[in-house]
Amino acid sequence: MGILEVQNVNKSFGGLKALQNVNLSIEAGTIHAIIGPNGAGKSTLLNCFVGKLTPDTGTVMFDGQSLLGVKPHEINQMGVSRVFQTPEIFSDLNVFENVLIPCFAKRDGAFQMNALKSVMSEAEVRDRAEQMLVEVNMIDKRDMIASSMSRGDKRRLEMAMCMSQDPKLLLLDEPTAGMARADTNNTIDLLAEIQDRRKITMAVIEHDMHVVFSLAQQISVLAQGTVIVEDLPENIKSNPKVQEAYLGGAHE
Amino acid sequence: MKSLNSSDKRTLLFVIVISLLAPFLLNPFPTGSGMAQFNAGYPDLMQRFAYFGILAIGFNILFGLTGYLSFGHAAFLGVGSYATVWMFKLLSYNIVPGIILAVIMAGLFSLLIGFISLRRSGIYFSILTLAFAQMSFALAYSVLTPLTNGETGLQVYNDDPQILMGENAITSPHLFGLKMQDTFTLDLGPWAFQFNVGYYVCALFLILAFYLSVRIFRSPFGLMLRAIKTNQTRLNYTGINSRPYTLAAFVISGMYAGLAGGLMASMDPLAGAERMQWTASGEIVLMTILGGAGTLIGPVLGAGFIKYFENIFSKINETVLHGWFAWMPDGLEDAVVWVLHLFTGKGWHLTLGLLFMLIVIFLPGGLMEGADRITDWWKRKRGKDVSDTSKTPAE
Repeated sequence: MGILEVQNVNKSFGGLKALQNVNLSIEAGTIHAIIGPNGAGKSTLLNCFVGKLTPDTGTVMFDGQSLLGVKPHEINQMGVSRVFQTPEIFSDLNVFENVLIPCFAKRDGAFQMNALKSVMSEAEVRDRAEQMLVEVNMIDKRDMIASSMSRGDKRRLEMAMCMSQDPKLLLLDEPTAGMARADTNNTIDLLAEIQDRRKITMAVIEHDMHVVFSLAQQISVLAQGTVIVEDLPENIKSNPKVQEAYLGGAHE
Repeated sequence: MKSLNSSDKRTLLFVIVISLLAPFLLNPFPTGSGMAQFNAGYPDLMQRFAYFGILAIGFNILFGLTGYLSFGHAAFLGVGSYATVWMFKLLSYNIVPGIILAVIMAGLFSLLIGFISLRRSGIYFSILTLAFAQMSFALAYSVLTPLTNGETGLQVYNDDPQILMGENAITSPHLFGLKMQDTFTLDLGPWAFQFNVGYYVCALFLILAFYLSVRIFRSPFGLMLRAIKTNQTRLNYTGINSRPYTLAAFVISGMYAGLAGGLMASMDPLAGAERMQWTASGEIVLMTILGGAGTLIGPVLGAGFIKYFENIFSKINETVLHGWFAWMPDGLEDAVVWVLHLFTGKGWHLTLGLLFMLIVIFLPGGLMEGADRITDWWKRKRGKDVSDTSKTPAE
């Protein structure tokens, strides 16, 4: 039984069947890539994991609990963090404050009326945030306003924000989209490093085959709303179904 | 106090000093001089600075931190005023029960309006709050006349119960015997400085309100409010439920408005429905933006700025202008006065509008951005001098 179990999920938008009978199981402690051509339903599937969309039918179970109808912040509190296609960070705040927020969320839950406490006196949370910044090599940027950083640094910061919550499952939606090769490689290294150190389960949606094959331990191929193949990376390239649906019949 | 950093402490100290010394600072011109009309150091105006300052500080906790632009804050001000006058009518002229009730009523009222309005964000939220405020205004003006005395405005009458009033009790608002209208005048040469009890009561509340707002700004709660302003999506995916945060901010700022309304009624025991009208709500928005939304002290400055112009510029009528330009040849004098009278006296709104436009265009961060630029420029200038001198001995 995987940490995330998706069974018979269907989702339509009007007449368009975005997901049809999707079955997926993500094993704890692995990096699981979900790939597929444009419009295959990858992002729809991801949105079903985080509470942004609710499947029409089927079940999504995380750690033995159903995620259907649960709000995004509640799903996060259960241990699911998400990295977005374009880094979603608190642009107007500085790097340190960006990491402080998830640390507070981890400790205090979804709401805490602590209007008369001071952030300055919360040593425990501040230490945790600082440690996280050291871990992702951003401690020298702690006072920078987040919006003034490069795309790669924003991604790194977003990752740090997610990691500081110690998630059980990290969802990544095209983490290297629009990045230069150097930034892409940095991101791959960062993810591999995190996985190595913390053994966090990750589900990665990705277009870039270089990223997929450098990271994934298991790959699901999605085409036209269904999972057509689920296999180890070394078997995926040679699978005729994948070649037909995804690589257009020819090897890349 | 340990929880504030040194710059916050300096700001707080600045507010305390300014508030306490206001009767001196706002009265720079000798009484008999021609400039005396620019003095703002008289009780009525100083009181207004203080309670509108409180109003703007509270509004800034909502708008400055979370970015939710409420266009209905005057409703809470009105509720506060009515509550206080009712306490005068029912109990006695002591302002304490009135102010407490004003804060509580405004809090409950903002809880209701906030709960509904905060289902939406952005322009829809603004419109909802505006609609609620206009509804409150209309209700206070007509249907709720038994409660608000409609058009006439709520005031204290001789046959009101006032159950806590003794035989020789004071017949104007007071704080345990200290009458709000009492003023001590200090004559110092040609100057006359006025120290008014009511002003100092307002000033103490202003200092307290400011201190609380600094604490909120620097708290984890304040951090979450700022996070709401910059990226609510990320906040939700970080396990934070933003609704209770925005609602709490809304209620806190509503209570600030209630306090301001209570003080307003305590200085002058009268409450009218026009206090709740949308123009009054708009004025609060202007104050905050003009001073610098999201800064600690900006809204207070904005409130002072607008109230100063409202009271001083509006007094400069054509007669005053003719007095100033009497030295000019007749035709020219008339021309100059004709142009200037559009901007002063009744036309002061035009000046305010122009100033507002200039500030929003050139200093989007409000007066505080102007102050920051001046300090930066000053520091750079001094920094250059320092580096120049440090070079010479090294050689």
